[in-house]
Amino acid sequence: MQAFADKLIQLLEHDPATWEYTQIFYAGVMLAFICLLFFVLVLPLFAGISTWLERKVSARMQSRIGPNRAGPHGFFVWIADGVKLFLKEDLIPAEADHLLFRLGPHLVMVGLCASVVVLPFAAGSTIADMNLALFYLMAVTSIEVVGILVSGWASNSKWSLLGGFRSAAQIISYEIPVALTFMVVALSAGTLSLGGIVAAQGPWPWEWYLVHSPMHFVAFFLYATAALAEGNRTPFDLPEAESELVSGFNTEYSGFRFSAFFMAEFANIWIMNIVGVVLFFGGWQLPFLNDRFTAPIIADGAFDGWALVWTFVSLLVLLAKVSVGVFVVLWLRWTLPRLRIDQMMALCWKYLVPVGILLVILTAAWELVLYEVPSLKWMFPGLLTLVSAGLLFAFLRQTYRNFELSGDTPSLENF
Amino acid sequence: MRAQVGSGYFANIKNSTRTIWHGMSITLSYMFRRPITVQYPDRTEVPVRDTLPDRYRGFLEVDMDICTACQACQKDCPIDCIRIDIEGKGKERYMTRFDIDIAKCMFCGLCTENCPTGAIQHTPEFEASALAMENLTFRFISDPVQGVPPYKVEKGVDSYQRKPLGSILSGIIKPWDAPPPVFPDPEPEPEPEAAPEAEPALEADAS
Repeated sequence: MQAFADKLIQLLEHDPATWEYTQIFYAGVMLAFICLLFFVLVLPLFAGISTWLERKVSARMQSRIGPNRAGPHGFFVWIADGVKLFLKEDLIPAEADHLLFRLGPHLVMVGLCASVVVLPFAAGSTIADMNLALFYLMAVTSIEVVGILVSGWASNSKWSLLGGFRSAAQIISYEIPVALTFMVVALSAGTLSLGGIVAAQGPWPWEWYLVHSPMHFVAFFLYATAALAEGNRTPFDLPEAESELVSGFNTEYSGFRFSAFFMAEFANIWIMNIVGVVLFFGGWQLPFLNDRFTAPIIADGAFDGWALVWTFVSLLVLLAKVSVGVFVVLWLRWTLPRLRIDQMMALCWKYLVPVGILLVILTAAWELVLYEVPSLKWMFPGLLTLVSAGLLFAFLRQTYRNFELSGDTPSLENF
Repeated sequence: MRAQVGSGYFANIKNSTRTIWHGMSITLSYMFRRPITVQYPDRTEVPVRDTLPDRYRGFLEVDMDICTACQACQKDCPIDCIRIDIEGKGKERYMTRFDIDIAKCMFCGLCTENCPTGAIQHTPEFEASALAMENLTFRFISDPVQGVPPYKVEKGVDSYQRKPLGSILSGIIKPWDAPPPVFPDPEPEPEPEAAPEAEPALEADAS
């Protein structure tokens, strides 16, 4: 990799050893490589699997079966979809702004790929564990808005333009509550680094930031709502409201460019859930699967591969937690109707932002109290863990009652 | 579920929390219910034609053993999809063709109403998609050379023994991708007569 970068520098007629921008050039080459890897390997996989999952989940919630012909449980339907999209003609409207029209999908993808850089996927395998990770995330996800606005403008279509405007208004508004919930967590963790936030939480559920204090508990729901809106997901999918705007900002796109938007939307669900899990659910840690337990085993040196195995296991743990979140996002889509644009704005500015500011102030005060009286540290976590467990139980009981009311027999066949 | 209480700031929060709670539990309960999808055509428990009601108007079927060759069905058909050929007179009278073009048929049922013996009937068969449309012309007389004699109705009889509905059709319907029937080669065209020779003479007269 370095040799390749050195060669590139020599092509620019500089000496890698003495050139003052060598380090920056290395970073640039590295980032380009990561983007390429992510774009080619990871993104289509995750986005594709979530489209399949969405079709299956939506089917079951509407008493249908969903795709079940291509492969086991119709799993390969996303490959068929992808191939179909790639083989379609790539149309650019005659009156469109050609340069910006082509640029739009790239900007969206760049924002997405760049946010992957700081995510801690597994123990010790963050690409760049920078100490400003949360701030960086906020900054980088805004690039996506530019991409959406640009593609809406460049299409030279009323629907696309309206979709782009709505999207810009929505994402810029909802970034504020997201940033405020980031603040709540950062105040407790004392760091903006995602790796540091994971390390500040423990493996046990009562050590997670979800139940750290009542403020964190509320902040989680705030984050969930605002992140849904930032990812243009139902009930906040106004930029792509099918019944009003055809398909929103991507109406005029086809073929590969359309699939880039599509993949970005679905990969966004995963990124938003990874951030949520890292901030509130202890990241890649589970009871007995944590650095505290594995560090002695790795240090023992009996088997050199333990570090690698631990990385892999922690990745699986994170993916398991994130899949639950992804399921909830899909589930929400098939439960809630779309909001009206004024309702959406009211929700952000009248409810989420004031509550978020209140939470930041209260958290700061609570951290001061904790600093003075450390013995209060266990006051809320235990209680809130019990409350969350109780809520979960009540919810499942309600679900079971709804099920009983229907008089149907449970059936998992044809899943 | 209770009606919405108030419309203040906190009432809004409360209402939305409660409705999302209930809504999500309802949709989750649907995850475990039985899907109602009927996986037509190849994954149904029984063939769909066996689940249709008795008077379903599907393909037409003729029992040639009780057909009186009255041609009432052919005359009643509003779109002429039935074709019957009869040859001979008296005792030598035979039907040599009984074709129903089911691709044209509009399933009005007029032919079945006027049939004196109930030989022509609707069956529950309905799957009429085929690669070759010629396969949808059902020929109820397989051997036109031998033909089928008309049925003589005995006096005082008012019910006629018919073969089970659908049993005749099942031997006639071809698979959807069957090749079209091969017709005999067209007869060789007659030799052109030697008429043009007269034309030069006419020209000569004119000049």
